[in-house]
Amino acid sequence: MSAYDKVCAARDANKLTSIDYINNLFGDSFLELHGDRNFADDKAIIGGIGMLNEIPVTVIGLEKGRNTKERMERNFGMAHPEGYRKALRLMKQAEKFHRPILCFVDTSGAFCGIGAEERGQGHAIATNLMEMMALKTPVLSVFIGEGGSGGALALAVADEVWMMEDSVYSVISPEGCASILWKDSSKAPEAAEKLKMTAQDLFDLGVVERVLRQPKAEDKKMFESLKILICRTFEKNLAVDGAELANLRYERFRKFGN
Amino acid sequence: MDLFAFIKPKNELEGSEEKTVNQPYVPDEMWVKCPACGTMLLSTDVEENDHVCFKCNHHFRLNARQRIELLADKGTFEEMDSDLESRNIINFPEYDKKLKNSKISSGEKESVIYGVCNIGNIRTVLVCMNPDFMMGSMGTVTGEKVTRAFEYATENRLPIVVCTASGGARMQEGILSLMQMAKTSGAVKKHSDAGLLYITVLTDPTTGGVTASFAMEGDIILAEPKSLIAFAGPRVIEQTIRQKLPRDFQTAEFVQDKGFVDKVVSRHYLKDTIKNILTIHNYGEVE
Repeated sequence: MSAYDKVCAARDANKLTSIDYINNLFGDSFLELHGDRNFADDKAIIGGIGMLNEIPVTVIGLEKGRNTKERMERNFGMAHPEGYRKALRLMKQAEKFHRPILCFVDTSGAFCGIGAEERGQGHAIATNLMEMMALKTPVLSVFIGEGGSGGALALAVADEVWMMEDSVYSVISPEGCASILWKDSSKAPEAAEKLKMTAQDLFDLGVVERVLRQPKAEDKKMFESLKILICRTFEKNLAVDGAELANLRYERFRKFGN
Repeated sequence: MDLFAFIKPKNELEGSEEKTVNQPYVPDEMWVKCPACGTMLLSTDVEENDHVCFKCNHHFRLNARQRIELLADKGTFEEMDSDLESRNIINFPEYDKKLKNSKISSGEKESVIYGVCNIGNIRTVLVCMNPDFMMGSMGTVTGEKVTRAFEYATENRLPIVVCTASGGARMQEGILSLMQMAKTSGAVKKHSDAGLLYITVLTDPTTGGVTASFAMEGDIILAEPKSLIAFAGPRVIEQTIRQKLPRDFQTAEFVQDKGFVDKVVSRHYLKDTIKNILTIHNYGEVE
């Protein structure tokens, strides 16, 4: 599979979305919580609380939608500033109650539009990066599809970052890169290769801790083992002092490009 | 200004490599044309006027050295980590060549310069981004230098002033350039948690990954008049929504109006404003 094949696989419309993961992992215990308490509820980000086996967890996911109607409603998983602010509100709440935070990332990027700029897209993402770095509770981010630039990173300042084997994570889309650098967006496959954006490339660069096999929709067993893996990580990190955990998180990012 | 640098003979451009890094690039062209109002201005006059057009108040872009000259008390700036240079870490095509050309044309090694200096006799860490170097894009070395600047300020309990100018993350360094957004934000947070002051000065242009990280994390955010301040640049937005944008969209004044900038400050008053903010935060003058 070429890098660009992986990009296409990550964008596949039939792929499981955050809602599928949440339903399979949390079942009926999941309670969705809406709104950023400032402006609106951004449906591109779904968030709430639930039980992961015995552990109360705050879960937040970028949601692309599973059919055309949903995709329109969820703005194809491209969040506005209020989405990132909702996410941060829920994370702060998790910190207060010392609940671990589980993030699912699946977005082509933060939304680019007039309203997003007017309401401070840059400010919203920046605030998340800064505040997530200091959260005194465990944070785990799992990439389940596309990881587009700052809009993905705003949910991925975590103790560990995991990626499904068919997911990608990049500073820019291969099309964007090709059209800026070579004035030709049809050279996207070459850009995908050079950007080193596949899960395996990122693992080799030390940017992610784990590459996981993608669960299938009906495969309860795979979700069960994913759940165990997540719980074990949370248990391990819940045992670490909050301030120390935040320090370790900073050290994790501090080493990139040192 | 080196607006006309591109028509200079090639060998002269290459010669600029040998200039000592501490010397600002002094142009020998007599006239510059104001890009905003079209007036022809005597370049020495523009320079004396803080690189601002007399007629329409257009603020010409400053490179990092000119910015330091504007803000730091004369002779007090001590540069740090001046030898750090980018490498082609993910083997991106044509990146080596691009780096080499940027070094030659800007006379700098990276898109950011930092050090410690006095501003109005108050000890401060000063970080200036360089729009002349790959449009101030943030690579790993850029992020590393910004991070070290914050770490130095935190360790020495100093305030910090960061002047941003950037096209965003540097895609030639792939995901590692994106990671700089998180890294720098972490360093800002530590400085902030230590109770120290961070002033941001947004200059033309401040966009992308820099806007979405340390540019928007200041305790007090100043901006130069008419600077482009954006997350997504206007062209990207026009392509996405397929409509023309209003004329003043994403200018410093617009962003202040929307509540994301504390104050748009003319370059003539920038140093005094910064000094005043430092004083209000109880940072004393050095003896």
